[in-house]
Amino acid sequence: MIAIGELAPAFELPDTDGDAQALLTPAVVIFTCNHCPYALAWHDRLMEVARDYADVHFYAINPNDAERYPRDSFEAMQERVRRDEGWPMPYLRDETQEVARSYGARTTPDVFVVDSPGALRYRGAPDADHQDPSQGASWLREALDSVLAGEEVARPETDPVGCSVKWK
Amino acid sequence: MTVELLWWDGCPSHPETLADLERILREEGIAAELRRVEIESDEQARREQFPGSPTIRIDGEDVFPHEEGEPYSLTCRIYHLRDGRVSPTPDPEDLREALRRVAA
Repeated sequence: MIAIGELAPAFELPDTDGDAQALLTPAVVIFTCNHCPYALAWHDRLMEVARDYADVHFYAINPNDAERYPRDSFEAMQERVRRDEGWPMPYLRDETQEVARSYGARTTPDVFVVDSPGALRYRGAPDADHQDPSQGASWLREALDSVLAGEEVARPETDPVGCSVKWK
Repeated sequence: MTVELLWWDGCPSHPETLADLERILREEGIAAELRRVEIESDEQARREQFPGSPTIRIDGEDVFPHEEGEPYSLTCRIYHLRDGRVSPTPDPEDLREALRRVAA
C-alpha cells in the first residue's frame, strides 16, 4: 500500500488482446471490474476523462477473483471491450492481485493519479456522487489539472466508494 | 406485510435502500414489519437465494426478479433507475409501486 507522495509500484499486466502493458507516466490507474454497479455507474465518466487527457496514460485494472465472480473473468473482460468497440484505455487483468495489493486498492472503482516522476498524487473516488453523471469525475480532473500544471493537488485523497475488491 | 432487506457488508448501498424503504412505508402509511437480514457467507447467500446486496423481499417475494442462472453470492446487485442509469440501489419509485401493489 502506498501513501501520497510515494513512488507508485511499477507493473506489467496483460490487456484484453493479451499484450503486456507496463506503467508509463503521468498516469491514471483505475481499479475496476465488470460486475460492480458503482464501477458501471462511473464508467462513462472515466472513459471521458481518458479521451480528454490524451497526454496521460490511463489503465483500467480488474483484480477481482474470477473464480467466485465469473463476470470478472478475462473472457468477460474481452467481451465487454469488444461490445463497446474498444476503450480509450487498456483493460488489464491482475490475476495474482499483486498489483491491487501493492496499491492498496480497496474498492472498484479506486482511482490513483501518478505524476511524471512516478509519485502518487491522488487516490480515491472519481467524484462526489456515482449517481450524478454531471459531476464528470471532477475530483480526478482537478487532480490531473494540478499535476499537469506542476502544482500541489488541493484534495489529494478521498474515500474510494464502491464494491470491495474480491480477494482470493 | 413483511418487508425484508437482505444486505451484505461489502457493498455500501444498503443504508440508502433502508432509508428509502422506511421513508416510503411512512409516506404511504403502510404498516409493515421491516426486517434486516445480513448475509455473511457464500453458503448463506445460496441458502437464502441472495443474488446481491441489497435485495428486497415483500412477503418472501423478491421485488426485482433476477436473471435466470444468476449465481447466489456475496456481491453488489445491479439495478437500473427509471431513466436507464446503472445504480447500486433500486429506483425508489419502483419500490413504492411494489409496496403499493402488495398493500392494496
